[in-house]
Amino acid sequence: MSAAGALEQAYRDERAAVLATITRRLDGDLALAEDVVQDAFVAAAVEWDRRGVPDRPGAWLTTAAWRKALDRLRHDRVAAARAPELAQDPSYELELDFDRSSLEDDQLRMLFMCCHPALAAEARMALTLRSVAGLTVPEIARAFLSSESAMERRLVRARRKIADARIPFRVPPDELLTQRLAGVLRVVYLLYTEGHVATQGPVPVRGDLCEEAIRLARLLARLMPDEAETLGLLALLLLTDARRAARVRADGSLVSLDEQDRALWDAGRIDEGVQVLARALRLVRAGSYIVQATIAAVHAQAPTWAATDWRQISGLYAELEQIDPSPVVTINRAVAVGFAEGPQAGLAMLDGLGADPRIDRYQPLHAARAELRRRAGDQAGADAAYADAIALSGNDAERAALERRRRDAAAGARA
Amino acid sequence: MQYLIMLHFPPGQGPQEGTPEFDAEMDRWGELNAALREAGAMVVASGLHPEAVTTVRSQGGDVIVTDGPYAETKEILFSFYVVEAPDLDAATAWAAKMPSAGYGSVEVRPMIGLERA
Repeated sequence: MSAAGALEQAYRDERAAVLATITRRLDGDLALAEDVVQDAFVAAAVEWDRRGVPDRPGAWLTTAAWRKALDRLRHDRVAAARAPELAQDPSYELELDFDRSSLEDDQLRMLFMCCHPALAAEARMALTLRSVAGLTVPEIARAFLSSESAMERRLVRARRKIADARIPFRVPPDELLTQRLAGVLRVVYLLYTEGHVATQGPVPVRGDLCEEAIRLARLLARLMPDEAETLGLLALLLLTDARRAARVRADGSLVSLDEQDRALWDAGRIDEGVQVLARALRLVRAGSYIVQATIAAVHAQAPTWAATDWRQISGLYAELEQIDPSPVVTINRAVAVGFAEGPQAGLAMLDGLGADPRIDRYQPLHAARAELRRRAGDQAGADAAYADAIALSGNDAERAALERRRRDAAAGARA
Repeated sequence: MQYLIMLHFPPGQGPQEGTPEFDAEMDRWGELNAALREAGAMVVASGLHPEAVTTVRSQGGDVIVTDGPYAETKEILFSFYVVEAPDLDAATAWAAKMPSAGYGSVEVRPMIGLERA
C-alpha cells in the first residue's frame, strides 16, 4: 500500500484509539491530546513517505504523539504544573499497551468524558463524533448543517472546558454510573434520530449519522454487556434502521410505517435486533429503550400493517408511558388503541392530551387525530385536523407527506 | 485542583430564620463543614452579606463606585467555599451536598492560582 493510502486508512481506523490512549496518558487533557495526535499524523505524512509504512501504524502514531506531548509539556509551564511527573522525568517512556481490550476500555472512558453532563448538549454530540467515532470536522459540520469554523469553535471550547474544569477520563464509579450511562445512551440515541428524522434541511435521512450511532451502540453493548439498556438501545437502533430503505421514496418524500414496502426491510438487521433484544430481556424487563425496541420488534415481525398485534403494541405504549411519559408516547398509544379498540377510543385519549395548550401546538397530535377521524368516517373533521397538522409542520418532507395523505383521504371520501 | 463553589438563592426561598427548619439546615451546614475538613477538601469558606454589594470600576484613572452587583440577577450570592478536589465530579459531589442546592443554585468554577497571605 502507498504511504498516502496507509495514512488515510490509519486516520480512519486507528485515530480514535490513538487519541484515547494519549488522552488517558495525559490525565484526560483532550485539548492537548487532539493537538499532538494531529501533529503525529503530520509527521507520519513525511516519515512514511520517506522511510516506508511502519508494521504497526497505530503503535507508531501513538509513540509519535506521546513524544510530541512530552516535548510540549516540558516547554509549557502551565501544563507542567498539571502533570509534573511527566514533565520532570525525561526518561518517562510509554510502554505500549496496544492490545485490543485496553484500547476499547480507553474508548469507553472517552465516550463517558465526551458525554459528561457539564458539557453543552450539542457539544457532547459533536465531541463524540470527533473523538470517539473519528469523523472529521467538515463531516461533523455537514451532519449538523453548521459551518466548519463554528463547529471547530464549539469543539475547541468543549475541550478547553474538559481540561480547565477537569472532567475526568474514566468510566464513572458505581454511584454515578446509572445516571451517566443514561446520558451516554441519550447522546447515541440523539445522534441516530438526528440522522433518521433530520429535523432540518432538505435531506430527510442522513445515513452516515445513523451508521455512526449504530457503531457506537455496538461498542457500548460489547463493553457493557450486563447493562440491559445498552442492549435495549442497540436493539432499538437496529430494528428502526432495518426500515431505512423503505422510509424514503425516490423523490425524497417520507413513507409512513403503514405504507412501507416491507420487502425493503433489512431482514439481517431485524434478526440481529431481535436477538440483542432477547439478551436485554433476559437481564431485566423495564427500561425505556427496551420497551421501544420491543415495539419496533412487534412491527418488524408483523406481515402487514393491518395484521399487526395492536393489543400488544398499545400495552407496550402504556408501559412506556409509565417509565418515560411524554406527549409523543401518549399519541402513539392512542393510535395503537385506535386499532385495537376502535378509532373513538383513540380519539378520546387525544382529546385528553389536547386540553394542554402547549401540546395542542404539537403537529403529531393533529396528524394522529386526522388519521383516527378518517377511520371513524368523519371526513370533514379529518380534513380540518390535516390542515392543522400541515400548518404546524417544520419540515418539507413531512409537510409533503401530510398533504398527500390529506388528498388521499379526501379522494377516498368521494370514491 | 481547587474549585470555587458559589451559593446563590432566590430571595424568600429556603427556611426562614427562627423556624425549626432553619435550625435543622444550620445543623446540616455544620455537618458538611466537618465532612469537608475531615476529607481534607476545605480550603476556605465564608458567608457574605447578601444585600451590601458594591461594584468598582476604574476607567482612565477615574474610580467609579456603584451600588449593587455587576449583573442584575434575581438570585443572591450569599456564601462561597473553596474546595480541594481531584476532578469536576468530586467538586460537584460536594456542591450537591450544600443544603441550599435544594432551593437555590450552586455554581462550580475551577480556580487558577489561589494567592495566599
